[in-house]
Amino acid sequence: MIIAAGELHDEYDVAVIGAGPAGLAASAFCARAGLKCVLFDDQTGPGGQIYRSITSSPLSRHCVLGKDYWRGETIVRDALASDAHYVAGASVWGLLSSNAVAVSVSGITRQIRAARIIIATGAMERPFPIQGWTLPGVMTCGAAQILLKSSALVPEGPTVLAGCGPLLWLLAWQYLNVGVRIDAILDTTAQRNWHRLFRHAVAFATSSYMTEGLRLMYQVRRAVRVVTGIVELGAEGGERVESVLWRTRRGRFERLPCNTLLLHQGVVPNVNLAMSARVEHRWSDTQLCWVPNVDDFGSTTAPAIAVAGDGAGIAGAGAAVACGQIAAIAAIRALTNKASHKDEERNARRMLHRYQRGRTFLDLLYQPAPHFRLPRGETIVCRCEDVTARQVIETTLLGCPGPNQIKAFLRCGMGPCQGRFCGLTITELMAETRGSSCAEVGYFHLRPPAKPIALSEFAGLRSDEAAMKAVVRE
Amino acid sequence: MSDLRNEFEFAVVGGGLVGAAIAWGLAGRGRHVAILDEGDIAYRASRGNFALVWVQGKGGGMSRYAVWTRQSVDLWPKFAEALRTESGLDVCFQQPGGLHLLLSEREIENRANALKRLHNEAGRAPFEYCILDRATTQRMLPQIGPEVAGASFCPLDGHVNVLRLLRGLHVSLQRRGGTYLSDRAVQTIEPSGSEFRLHTAHGQIAAAKVVLAAGLDNARLAPMVGLDAPVRPQRGQIIVTEKVAPFLPYVIQTVRQTDEGSVMIGDSVEEVGFDTSVDGKILAAMANRALKMFPLLGKLNVLRCWASLRVMPKDGYPIYDQSETFPGAYVATCHSGVTLTPGHALLLPAWIDHDNLPDESLTDFSARRFHVSTAQ
Amino acid sequence: MFRRLNKGPERLLTIFVDGAPTSARPGDSVAAAMLASGRIGCRTTAVSGAVRGPFCLMGVCFECLVTIEGVASLQACMIPVREGMRIETKCGNRTFGT
Ligand SMILES: Cc1cc2nc3c(=O)[nH]c(=O)nc-3n(C[C@H](O)[C@H](O)[C@H](O)COP(=O)(O)OP(=O)(O)OC[C@H]3O[C@@H](n4cnc5c(N)ncnc54)[C@H](O)[C@@H]3O)c2cc1C
Ligand code: FES
Repeated sequence: MIIAAGELHDEYDVAVIGAGPAGLAASAFCARAGLKCVLFDDQTGPGGQIYRSITSSPLSRHCVLGKDYWRGETIVRDALASDAHYVAGASVWGLLSSNAVAVSVSGITRQIRAARIIIATGAMERPFPIQGWTLPGVMTCGAAQILLKSSALVPEGPTVLAGCGPLLWLLAWQYLNVGVRIDAILDTTAQRNWHRLFRHAVAFATSSYMTEGLRLMYQVRRAVRVVTGIVELGAEGGERVESVLWRTRRGRFERLPCNTLLLHQGVVPNVNLAMSARVEHRWSDTQLCWVPNVDDFGSTTAPAIAVAGDGAGIAGAGAAVACGQIAAIAAIRALTNKASHKDEERNARRMLHRYQRGRTFLDLLYQPAPHFRLPRGETIVCRCEDVTARQVIETTLLGCPGPNQIKAFLRCGMGPCQGRFCGLTITELMAETRGSSCAEVGYFHLRPPAKPIALSEFAGLRSDEAAMKAVVRE
Repeated sequence: MSDLRNEFEFAVVGGGLVGAAIAWGLAGRGRHVAILDEGDIAYRASRGNFALVWVQGKGGGMSRYAVWTRQSVDLWPKFAEALRTESGLDVCFQQPGGLHLLLSEREIENRANALKRLHNEAGRAPFEYCILDRATTQRMLPQIGPEVAGASFCPLDGHVNVLRLLRGLHVSLQRRGGTYLSDRAVQTIEPSGSEFRLHTAHGQIAAAKVVLAAGLDNARLAPMVGLDAPVRPQRGQIIVTEKVAPFLPYVIQTVRQTDEGSVMIGDSVEEVGFDTSVDGKILAAMANRALKMFPLLGKLNVLRCWASLRVMPKDGYPIYDQSETFPGAYVATCHSGVTLTPGHALLLPAWIDHDNLPDESLTDFSARRFHVSTAQ
Repeated sequence: MFRRLNKGPERLLTIFVDGAPTSARPGDSVAAAMLASGRIGCRTTAVSGAVRGPFCLMGVCFECLVTIEGVASLQACMIPVREGMRIETKCGNRTFGT
């Protein structure tokens, strides 16, 4: 049920953060079991990134976005029809002590309390630090797809897609459906990945990804110039992108004029909220990113906080729905003290298992090549503070042990994106330079606010006499 | 059995502001120095502080501390210039004068009394100050809110870019031939003949002399070499906003605009042990008070908050000491390590290096002061 | 450059970007409307003065910061357009004028 921020209650049994497949499924499930549940999402409508704008998309012809997209309609409808309170445009910026959730809606922060919290904040695109990636006109494939889904906007003029991963092929396919011309696809998939993958191939061949994925790729390859084996890539231009420059393994440099360059090399969990809530994370060697330490139910190391969906490790929309339900079941059991919903759990686990088949293959196949994760020279690593790869490497060589010290020295990670677009690069670059592992090097120590928030909203948080005393100096 | 690479004249334990400044000074005197520091996750006040170079109000109870502070602050311009020349980094030391804003008549009265007491106590006045009424305060800071009743002002107060300061010390230490070893938390120190053996998880390091500048860990390490360093953690939380065009021509004790433009709002004083989590109630209180001082800050976005632990000696004053049982072992630890950096970089190293310098009065800072009363 | 796929008879809104009337579709984010009108840069950075534009459109990169109805540093990709909305692009650090 959609509610306005003013109608929020002070207390809930369960607060779910993120209205993508995991969060929608979790909140609908909790509500159906009779729990008092609230669902927050910072976007203007439900659906998360995959089902973005599903209730408002101007592209009603189902064949454009594909049937996987429209599958989201039922999931969204179920959640909205349930008794769970859903608040749109609601940024949760802090999970404070004793289960207080600080949420900002239209510039006003409210503090609610929830006995259990399910973080379902999903994924974001992996940083793709190449020369010129900060030029206007260079965007992510995810961004381009959002423009398509929510505003029916498509690039006009020379357009190039570069990178690797299923989303890149899906976007190309969707563009072809609506007659957008793509001048080239620069495929950065590391060729060696194909060879390493033999042992996972069987699982993949029997998975749903294969039939879908290969069909898309086949259709795109027939219609668009695809250059494979890219080992160097850069965008060029003054005030905006004017051309893309690349080199393939065979060493040929080529340049193509373009006014839109769309980058993508996979997605990674958006960990900021969970990390700021002191959920322990570990480095995943297959997905090359940080993932929260969760058990079979998505429960984390922080009391009463679970993570479900891509935020707990990339597994896709189908798996996210299953994980959302499983996290909901855990919440229900914890709050009712009963081992209920055995059948539902079994079904959800079966579904999860089905979607997990073939995932390792995709993870490994689309592991972005090292040269696109480990930039060099004047390539910008931290977009907010304009910190370059050279600075990161030189400062690491000074003896700087990890991301927190280098953040203090160079300001990387201090800007408004709070490290989202430089954090992974910094961890990997420091690990490489120091000759140690990413797990050893670690990550930024994140704390609230998990999103920039006006000082006046901070001032509105609950406080008390003792706190006031601790800040007055005489 | 330490190999040559691990033998140093001086091992400085701790690479925060105190350790880095002392090591920098020793390296400048031609000494073969290594800093042994912990890894990335550490209690490191040097990257969590408020970056004030602050004079007003310092020294109540120990006038020698006020003099030492003043001495250090007077050295700041010279030191900043030296560091800039050597490291290429400008720490942006500025001394525009500082205000401590007061939000009620009662606060004014308390502040005025405290400062007066301090000046009566001190042998000679360590700093000039005045109490400003609301009108004068407003002339200096037109943006103050209606609740600001006045301020105390001291023209000597200033601030620096403290992150660049720490980085500058590290960069320049290496140019001076010093060595910085991270991931070398010192577990134990073993005095052995004419040298000290420092044990870390990554092997052992030997040095003729050892300087303890390990912040909060000094309390544990000092007794291993016959020293005493009673320091405790005192939590301070800080809020930082996005950057904004310069608007604050002075430094306010709890509101500061950095040279890059961010506004820092500080810094609570809490006795909570080794707990570095942030607390919404305290942050709210800090935000509230800052808004009363400058209502226009309300619109600024907060980008980051953190909690850091002050290294707080039992009585609040620095501890500089030399071991009697194990000559060659020193300890240096204090709160206000930013303010005192020039003293640590330019004066302490000479003392540690056993020149005839500097004043005996550094003996006032010996931990023996804690033992006088217990001995009775 | 971006174009709209369905140029149907739908109702358009007018927003003002740096004072210039700009048409937008209901449901557009401010960033989408700006991109549709050919504005692909929306601010200059405080560090280097370089021009930047929306990058992720999902609220994580903070490249799309603009001033909307007098409130500075808002994410253009997260805020839906409204009739008559006033948007200012940003130059360097924000000031207290905004
Ligand atoms: C909130 C706050 C605000 C402050 N504001 C100001 C201010 O405005 N002005 C001012 O002058 N001062 C201020 N200070 C104080 C100032 O930051 C400290 O006095 C100063 O940083 C202390 O430096 P340090 O080197 O002794 O300690 P730290 O910076 O804590 O450094 C200690 C170092 O020792 C290392 N270490 C610890 N144990 C071991 C071990 N066993 N082996 C090897 N290495 C070890 C640590 O990793 C660390 O690098 C503030 C402090 C705080 C917390
Ligand atoms: S475009 Fe990335 S936050 Fe708006």
